[in-house]
This record gives sequence, structure tokens and C-alpha cells, in this order.
Amino acid sequence: MAKAVEVSDMKVIVFQLMNKEYAIGLDVVESIEKSLSITRVPRMPSYVKGVLNLRGVVTPVVDLRERFDMEPKEFDESSCIIIVSHADSEVGLIVDDANDVMDVPTSVIGPQPEVVGSVESEFISGVAKVDKRLLVMLNLEKVLQPIKKVNADEL
Amino acid sequence: MDTNQYLDMFIEESKEHLQACNEQLLALENNPDDLGIVNEIFRAAHTLKGMSATMGYEDIADLTHKMENVLDAIRNSKISVTTEILDVVFEAADDLELMVLDIEAGGNGKKDVSVLVDTLNRIEAGEPLDLEENASIAATTEESATAVVTSSGIHYDDFELTVISQSSEQGFNAYEITVELREDCLLKVARVFMTFEILEKSGEVIKTVPTVEKLENEEFDQNFTIVLLTHEDADDLKAKIMKVSEIEEVRIKHITDEYIKKYKQIEFEQHDEQPQEKPNIADTLPAATEKAKAAPKEATQVKKTNHASSNKTIRVNIDRLDILMNLFEELVIDRGRLQSIASELHNPELNESVERMTRVSGDLQNIILNMRMVPVETVFNRFPKMVRTLARDLNKKINLEIIGAETELDRTVIDEIGDPLVHLIRNALDHGIESPEERIAKGKPEEGTVTLRAYHSGNHVFIELEDDGAGVNRERVLGKAIERGIVSEEIAPTLSDRQVAELILASGFSTAAAITDVSGRGVGLDVVKSTIESLGGHISIDSKEGKGSLFQVQLPLTLSIISVMLVELDQEIYAIPLSSIIETAIVQKSDILNAHNQPVIDFRGTIVPLVDLKEIFEMENRREEEDFQSIVIVRKGESLAGLVVDSFIGQQEIVLKSLGNYLQSVFAISGATILGNGQVALIVDCNALIK
Repeated sequence: MAKAVEVSDMKVIVFQLMNKEYAIGLDVVESIEKSLSITRVPRMPSYVKGVLNLRGVVTPVVDLRERFDMEPKEFDESSCIIIVSHADSEVGLIVDDANDVMDVPTSVIGPQPEVVGSVESEFISGVAKVDKRLLVMLNLEKVLQPIKKVNADEL
Repeated sequence: MDTNQYLDMFIEESKEHLQACNEQLLALENNPDDLGIVNEIFRAAHTLKGMSATMGYEDIADLTHKMENVLDAIRNSKISVTTEILDVVFEAADDLELMVLDIEAGGNGKKDVSVLVDTLNRIEAGEPLDLEENASIAATTEESATAVVTSSGIHYDDFELTVISQSSEQGFNAYEITVELREDCLLKVARVFMTFEILEKSGEVIKTVPTVEKLENEEFDQNFTIVLLTHEDADDLKAKIMKVSEIEEVRIKHITDEYIKKYKQIEFEQHDEQPQEKPNIADTLPAATEKAKAAPKEATQVKKTNHASSNKTIRVNIDRLDILMNLFEELVIDRGRLQSIASELHNPELNESVERMTRVSGDLQNIILNMRMVPVETVFNRFPKMVRTLARDLNKKINLEIIGAETELDRTVIDEIGDPLVHLIRNALDHGIESPEERIAKGKPEEGTVTLRAYHSGNHVFIELEDDGAGVNRERVLGKAIERGIVSEEIAPTLSDRQVAELILASGFSTAAAITDVSGRGVGLDVVKSTIESLGGHISIDSKEGKGSLFQVQLPLTLSIISVMLVELDQEIYAIPLSSIIETAIVQKSDILNAHNQPVIDFRGTIVPLVDLKEIFEMENRREEEDFQSIVIVRKGESLAGLVVDSFIGQQEIVLKSLGNYLQSVFAISGATILGNGQVALIVDCNALIK
């Protein structure tokens, strides 16, 4: 880390999904919430868990596991909701665990390795190797593409 | 002092005056002989001129000045009102509006108005009778760049002289007020500011020496001079100014017409000799000094009356009202929470105080909502002129009647409703009203009538647009609808006239044989419909072929706090807006009939289809076989539907919240709200559930 002093650092929040470590910039994170009561919103993709009341603001919640087509998991003690602000509104992201804030020198962030069949590749903006940990940097732009009109024909 | 702080006020007031101008011009067109109307316009234009000159917008002042000359000629019966003249004056008003808008948008309000000014000049000079007088005015105004230097040391350019002489005709007194500050005065700028504040309450400041900027930068000695137009007495003014501390003395000089004439003469003689800048005024202004100390009692009295009249209304920034509203919304949520806690605890004292709080906050809610109410007039008042212009473009004769312009609506609704109404009016003018020849052939009066009506009814405001034009042509509309695939050929003959009329609101529909630039470029009325529906409103059409059409727009009074019925569906709570509920019912299972796989009930003689909300909202727990089912009857326009729910919870006032940018348009959900227990409940969009 000594070298990092000269290079610009990026503060990130590290969270876990399926025992892998992911990171998003601290600047977009508003807060981290433990369990809050979520109201289901009908006719949404399965990864949209619903909305919750975040201090008077109705905030949608996305389950990142399901967003990345991973095996779903019940909300448990270590689970938490990271509230990020994106495109002028706030969205909650359900993750397995979030427990670390790190400085990542921008120099160690590289493009993600080309892996054939990597499902979530479009959601990733890069990979950072810090010490022995490999952090996957999320591309929020893609992850939080607005849910457009869901039309129902049957009535 | 800084003119910037008056900019907002200037823009607001300019708009008001321009609006008044436009209205009166329309009235004048109908009564060309009514000189009272001319006077009204003249007054509005005059005030505008004064304000813009003070603010330094020379082009506006110049144009209004020319407008005024023409109006003055009309007033003095030197020229008579004709449509051509009015067209030019209208055009001038349009340009003024553009300039004001430019200023509002941060521009400098400059615009090339020379052509208009020329035309106005020509109109003014059109009659040989007034040629001489106007020529002299025109001549002097053209020289307005060269300043006149008076014996008292103040320069007046021609423009200012005209302002002064014209206002004295209207009973204003023009005063040169010279204020001498004490030599030990420390806060000169502050004293100047206080003086200005006093004078601006009494009348209009048209000039200062030195200029406002110099005064602000303290670039003056111990004295400065202000030229003021006012109704008030010189002594009163002096007494008021003397109330400002650190003022040594005040000298007031009345500028009379003779005075002005004298100036003009002096100017002729001294024109070349005098320098443009004249610094020392104090020595050359000897008049009216002896009355420096007026009775203080009298002064306070005047001040008090002034206070009373200026305190009746205040202008509040809409943002502040929005903040107030947001805070109040928080309070409503907490109130709901308190109510639910109190109902659980059964403590009589708690109940009592919660009830009291509910009542008080209910009153508060009414007041806050009322504060945000604006008369629809603010939207309607631009229509007469629009109709006039359109009617001329289309070569039609149209009379627009406006009824109920004082009806009030929430500010947020007002902001949104303008465009849809413009669209509807354009549509009525273009497709509704026939050409004069056609109308005469049909035995109708040559002039078509369009009535715009607004009124309150229950929790809604209705805006209606009625025309006595051709109405909806059933054959043509159906033909088009079939061609566009909006209805099928089989269904077409079964539709009622009303249903046919409402087809013109369907998307992808535009019946005008040729696309005109008047009513849209094929955008159609579906945009109107969707805008109104997004406001929680509703539009319907009633049309009789050959007789005319009636467009009725129903709008909610307010958008942010609504009454809902809370219902339970499989342990989830949903809110249904009371505005769309007709009634609730509990029906026996045996009463539910099946019509072509669609469960229906017979509701007071009408067959009402049932919609199972659980199915719509994809809930897993299917309805158990119960003997009785709770049903909420909702409507969308004329059609009804019964929403099947598990149970009713009750009625509640809730605060409407959006679902945010991420969840854009969820099916059958119009928004969300936060309940007393902190949970989010979704609001059912009944419009989406009824076809």
C-alpha cells in the first residue's frame, strides 16, 4: 500500500455474493441497512424484491444474487441492503454480507479477464487485485437499468 | 438598490401588465369605440414603460413608448381603431412578451423592434390631423440619445420628459428630490437604500443622479437626486425621508409642464456648451428647502396607512410551499402511525389527544392545500389571444367564451394542464368549427362559439370545452378507426355514438384529411388523454353530429394527498383511490355468474365484470372457496369493474409517493404510500384494470 500514496485511491465498499468479493465505489453508497420490511411489487422480474420505506422515501430493492442469475438465498443475519444512489434515485441492493471499506489504488484496477461463458460479464466494469484479494468492480449503470413498462395482455 | 433584486418582481408584473394589455386589446376589438378600454391599455403600457426604463431595458421602453403614442392618438380620436392597427399593436405586445421572456431566461431583453416601431410611427402619422404633433414627438424621440441639461443640473432625455409630462396628465406629480446626507454619515449606501425603499412605496422612481450603479458603489459626495412620479404630497414625502437617520436635509422640487418647456428651451440654447456629466446638483437646486422639517405625527400616520394596504398579500416562492408540503406529508405519515398505535393501546387520554391532533392537522392540511391553489385563469388567460390568431389563420369566425376562470386548482395540476387544453382548443377550432360559408349553408350563425368552462364538483375540478361545430362524424371516424386497426369491422356497428367519439382519443388516430399546422403534426389527441390520465384525471367526449362536441376533463383537486380505501390481499395491503370507487359490496358466491369465462355480477341491473386482484398481482394463494366475497366497484369513465379483494381495512388519507426512476411504470400500480406502521403500500391504478 505504500506505493498507493502517490497514485490516486478509490474508496470502495466490499461485499460478498456466493463467497466472491465484489466492490462498488463509496461515493454512490448512501447507507447500509440491515433487515427492513419489504413490500412486494407485483409483475416485476424476480430480482426486484419490492420496495421499502427508507426514511420516508419509497426505495426499490434488487436482489443481486438473482440479478446475476445466482442461486437465490433467504435473507439471513449477515445479509444486508446497500442503498446506492443512482440516476437521481435510490435503489437498495441485497447482498450476502458487507463488511469492509477499502482503498483501492486505481492503478490495480484492470479489465476483467476474458472468460468464456461468464454470465455477468456485462455487469462488471473491471477487476482489482489488492494483496491477495480479487475484487470484482460492479458497473451500476448496467445493473440498475430501469425496469421499463411491463405489459400484461391477459386480463 | 441593486436592480437585480427587483428583477423577479419586474418580470412578474410585466407579465401581468402584458396580460392586461392583451385582454383589453381583445375587448377593444369588440368595442372599438370604447375609449375607457383604450385608457386601460394605455395605463398598462405606461406602467410597463416606466418599469422597464427603471430596470434599464431600453428596447421594451422604446416599443411601449411607441405603442403608447398610437394609443394616445386613438384616445384623442385622432385615429380610429381598425383591425390592421390592432394587429400591429398585438404584434407589439407579442414582441414585448418575447422580450420579457428573454429577460426571465437570463437574457438582456434586447430585440430588433425597428420595423414595428416604424409601423407604429406610420400608423400614428397616418392621419393628417395629428401629423404635426406626432411628428414632433417622433422627432424628439429619435434624438433621445442626446441628453437635455436643465437649469437644476439634471439631464433629462426626451424619453424621460415624455414620461413626466404624460404622467402629470394622469394626475401624478413629478418631483426632483435631492437628499443631502450628513457629513459624518458612515453608511452612505445604506441611507440611499433606505431612501429608495421609502420612495418606491410612494411612487415610481424614474431617474437618479448619479446613476444607480454609482450610488451603489458610493461614487457620490454627500447628496443625490431622485426623480419620482407619485400621487403623494411633497411635504409628506419629505417627512418620510427625514425619518431616515443621518440625513441632513431634503429638497423637493415639483416638475411642472412649464418647467419642462423651459428645459427644452434651455436645451436649445445650451445644447453644445454643456458637458454630458453634471456632478454638483446641490448648489443649483434652491427650491423647496424651507419645509425641511414637517410634522412627524402626520408622517407616522401616512406610514401606518401605507402599511395596512401593503400587508394584505405576500408573494411566496413556490419552492417554499413545496417544502412546507413535504414536511406536512411527513406529519401525515406520523399521524397515521399515531392513530394506529392509539387504536392498539386503548388509552382514552391518548385517544383523545390523537383525535385532537388529527383534527388540527386536518385543518392545517386544508390551509396548505389552499395556499397552493391557483385560479385556472392563469392558464385560461392566454387562450383568447390564441383563439383570435388561430381564427384569423383559419379564416373562421370564432367567439371564445370563458366561464369560471376563478376556479382554483393545485399548482402542480395547473402547470401540467396548459398544453392539453391548448391541444383541445386547437382541435376544436381546426376540426370542430366549420368555415363561415359552411355554417351559413347549414343555417348556423356565421360566428362559431367555443365555450371554455371550469367548475368544482366534489373532490374534482371539471374543465369543459364545448363548440357548436360539426361534431364527430361517425362514418369518418369509424372508417379511419377500422383502417388503422383500432376497432374491428364486426364491432364497429355496435359502438355507441359516445364510444365512437372517444375513438378520436385513441393513439394512432388523426382524422383531419390533411395535417394542418394548427392542430398538431399527427400527434393526435391521445397525448392529451395520456397527460390527463397521468394527472389522475379523466377525459370524455359527448358529440352530436352537426351540432357540436363537448370535451369534459375531470381533474383531481390535488395530487399529493389523496383519500384511499385500504384493502387486504393475501396479507399484503393495497390502496385503492376513493376517487375511482363507486361503492363496496359483499356478494354471495352463487351470485357470481360466468359470461364467456369472465366472472361477472349483476350490480343494480348492470353487468359488471369481476377482476381478481390476486390473479393480476400474481399471488400464489388462490382464493379459497368462500361463501361471500368482498368486492370494490370501481369505474373508469362509464365502464365499471368489480375488484375482488380479501377484506376491507378502511379509509385513510395518504401521501402519494412515486416508485422512483428505477421502477418505471409498473402494471396497474400508480404509486406507493407509507402506512402508519412504516410499511409501504402500493396504490392500485384502476384505469389500467378497466379496458
